[in-house]
Amino acid sequence: MSRPSDHIDAPPQREDPEVVQPKLGPIGWIRWFWRQLTSMRTALFLLLLLAIAAVPGSLVPQRSSDPNGVTKYFSENPSLAPVLDKLQFFDVYTSVWFSAIYLLLFASLIGCIIPRTRHHFEAMRAKPPRTPVRLTRMSGFQARILPAALRPDAPDPVLTARDVLKANRYRVALYQDARSTSVSAERGYLRETGNLVFHIALLGVLLAIGVGGGFGYTGQKIVVEGQSFVNSLPSYNSFNPGRFFNDASLVPFSIAVDKLDVAYETKNRDAIGTPLDYTAHVKTTGPGDASSDTTIKVNEPLAIGGTNVYLLGNGYAPTITVKDPAGKVVFNDSVPFIPQADPNLTSLGFVKVPDGLKQQVGMIGFFYPTVTESSTGGGALASKFPGLNDPVLSLNVYAGDLGVDDGVPQSVYSLNTDTLEQLAGPPTKTKALQLKPGQTVELPNGLGTISLDGVKRFATLEVHHDPAQIWVLVFAILILAGLLTSLFVPRRRLWVKAVENPDGSLTLEYAGLARGEDPNLLAAVTAVADQHSRALAGSPKT
Amino acid sequence: MTETLAQLSTVFLYAAMGLYAAAFIAFALDLARRGARATAVEAAVVPSAVARRAEVAAPVGAPTTTVIGGGGGASDAPPEPSSALGRLSSRISSRVEDDLVNGSANSVSMRWAFALTIIGFAFHLVAVVLRGIAAARVPWANMWEFSMTGTLVIIGVFLVANLKWQIKYVGTFVLGLVLVLQGIALLRYYVPVVPLQPALQSYWLVIHIIVAVLGTAFFALGFALSGLQLLQYRRERQVAESRPQQFRFLATLPSSVALENLAYRINIVGFIAWTFTLIAGAIWAEKAWGRYWGWDTKEVWTFIIWVIYAGYIHARATRGWRGSRSAWLAIIGFAAVLFNFGIVNVFFHGLHAYSGL
Repeated sequence: MSRPSDHIDAPPQREDPEVVQPKLGPIGWIRWFWRQLTSMRTALFLLLLLAIAAVPGSLVPQRSSDPNGVTKYFSENPSLAPVLDKLQFFDVYTSVWFSAIYLLLFASLIGCIIPRTRHHFEAMRAKPPRTPVRLTRMSGFQARILPAALRPDAPDPVLTARDVLKANRYRVALYQDARSTSVSAERGYLRETGNLVFHIALLGVLLAIGVGGGFGYTGQKIVVEGQSFVNSLPSYNSFNPGRFFNDASLVPFSIAVDKLDVAYETKNRDAIGTPLDYTAHVKTTGPGDASSDTTIKVNEPLAIGGTNVYLLGNGYAPTITVKDPAGKVVFNDSVPFIPQADPNLTSLGFVKVPDGLKQQVGMIGFFYPTVTESSTGGGALASKFPGLNDPVLSLNVYAGDLGVDDGVPQSVYSLNTDTLEQLAGPPTKTKALQLKPGQTVELPNGLGTISLDGVKRFATLEVHHDPAQIWVLVFAILILAGLLTSLFVPRRRLWVKAVENPDGSLTLEYAGLARGEDPNLLAAVTAVADQHSRALAGSPKT
Repeated sequence: MTETLAQLSTVFLYAAMGLYAAAFIAFALDLARRGARATAVEAAVVPSAVARRAEVAAPVGAPTTTVIGGGGGASDAPPEPSSALGRLSSRISSRVEDDLVNGSANSVSMRWAFALTIIGFAFHLVAVVLRGIAAARVPWANMWEFSMTGTLVIIGVFLVANLKWQIKYVGTFVLGLVLVLQGIALLRYYVPVVPLQPALQSYWLVIHIIVAVLGTAFFALGFALSGLQLLQYRRERQVAESRPQQFRFLATLPSSVALENLAYRINIVGFIAWTFTLIAGAIWAEKAWGRYWGWDTKEVWTFIIWVIYAGYIHARATRGWRGSRSAWLAIIGFAAVLFNFGIVNVFFHGLHAYSGL
């Protein structure tokens, strides 16, 4: 049997109330379970369940795509969030229940396609089956009479029918019984082939996604203009390896960001400040001796060393110099400030000066690319344009223990103020330090001076390696191709039967059988009958 | 210049909506007329639905026997294929039957409705093209433009489908849907022309979205037919059980089985377009966002819709699910399409944040 028993094209099951089912042994139960799993109804149920199970992942933030959203959700729903977390609602697509559904679905799929593939191979090698005895019961039945008078001039009707069907790309077989000779023909094997290709390619996509996720990796790195980054574990800001990742798969190359060009809309009054273009001009070195100058843009990643490098974000990195009271430089760096949820790029950053001053100093700063008074009033600042028209850096200053001495690595994108005393910025009486490029101001308590030398940009680069990505694409194309053939190639049987009449004429019977959706079957039967008639009556005589 | 063109585009859109509204009324009048006609002649001529269903079960009717070679004797006569004649006559008879079943496709109100739809479509097309010229890019980069182009394509698919099938009777539903969608868009989604952000600057914007629009249009038409199928099935049951019937116009429409077959053929075209949208979207996401699939909210819902319609196609092939049950799946599928566009885009947090609202 090729199809699940509850497929619409499968022969109806006879249920005889007289027959008492024998008791099932363990093997019997396994067979019963397998038959249930591979039935159409189960596949349908699992499909609908899969659709429903995917919904929560769009309602609740997911750790994989929106980790900040998850954190926020936890703080906003402190009692509900842990319960949802237990139920894996923040990792829906890797959760036990979601995985169970799609694994069962694919088990059902495998159980369905293996016997069908076998059956299809046999069908493709076999002759079209014997012509039914009564064609009148078949679709599109019609009969035509070949008069006795025409018969001597006409070619052999059955062989002609065979040729007509062959020309219509049917596979044919001749049959003979006591009353008649006939052609049995079948076409559209591609329909089932396409159907099987579609389903197998679905499996292929799943497999390729698994392999790619297992052996691939994704890493992010913030690179300030003029700096470079090397493809090695310690240089990443964040790194997500697959389960089977090992360091050896990091191909050595480096990327130096020379310049980041950013363009914003300035004319269209409805879109002032809309980003128009981000282009990172980079110099790549390696793998090996290769080196080149190239660009990375959104939508135009850089392919290097088996990875793709994407430009996923950008921001400002003010160049800050801190000197001690004697004028000795104790800190000099371009510090990336991370854009907050503001299209005008108000950005948050942290400056840590652990050595050289009489106390350790930490600073939390806001950077405004084009400063303006905040609409909330109270002298608060805001940014009114994402471009660098009138930049201001505002810093709250803390002094005390930065907590960097005990060797625990710290993020440069946060500052723990628990062990620090605030010296400047609200709520203290000392105002926050405010700097424009080129300005220098005194640090509080005579700690020294700080100056804003200039503002650079930084690029957030993402390096992505997925060895199976190309296979996902190949299988996706097979899915589409399989779908097209399985839905649009009609599979049909067609019969032409010649029956001798007592008066010497010949009755030619035509009929067809749809195998699967086939809205044009009747037209196809008529077309073949017409062609056949034409061939019989109109064959040129010599 | 941009602003003037964009305003002109909106003016044309209003004109198109006016014409559509008139066409909607004319289509509705046609339905009403069908209802009246069905009631009037029911007793006399129109076969009961039961009889019609029996007819569907055996669509061939009495087998015809043609004699090959026509008159036979005159062998010099051109081998005029009697079959061609037969084909012609069968086409004529099917046209006659069509008219009978469809309540004459060419009623005055129907002709007006169809003409108004075509003129409205022309205005609508101008509106979309003007918007594209105003923005100097494809006119489907935000929700306003997507609504505008999407409804245009829905009408376009409806018009083109009528070349192949005689389905003018769904006009009321298609135009009603388009009017509602375009009305919501006017109230909620209008945005002035703004330049494309870098993530959208890709030729995939052209491919991915236009195929999504096409898929949506086919699903919309399939939705209308599946809805009619359910109503028709209900009426057929009422007839079979000799219960009173509502919606008399249904008596002049094809049987629920015929409607289901048609809905299926249209929905599978939508499904293929949707599959392509999904694949093209993944390819684009890989280019723009650094991964081909990341369970972004819009990706999730596109996936859900794909799975629902996959379920619909399976249901059609599952014993006990063909008919009304699978029709409900098609309707749920289209509801999810609307949800994905109207709700997910605006209210769900995700990367497809291009509504411009």
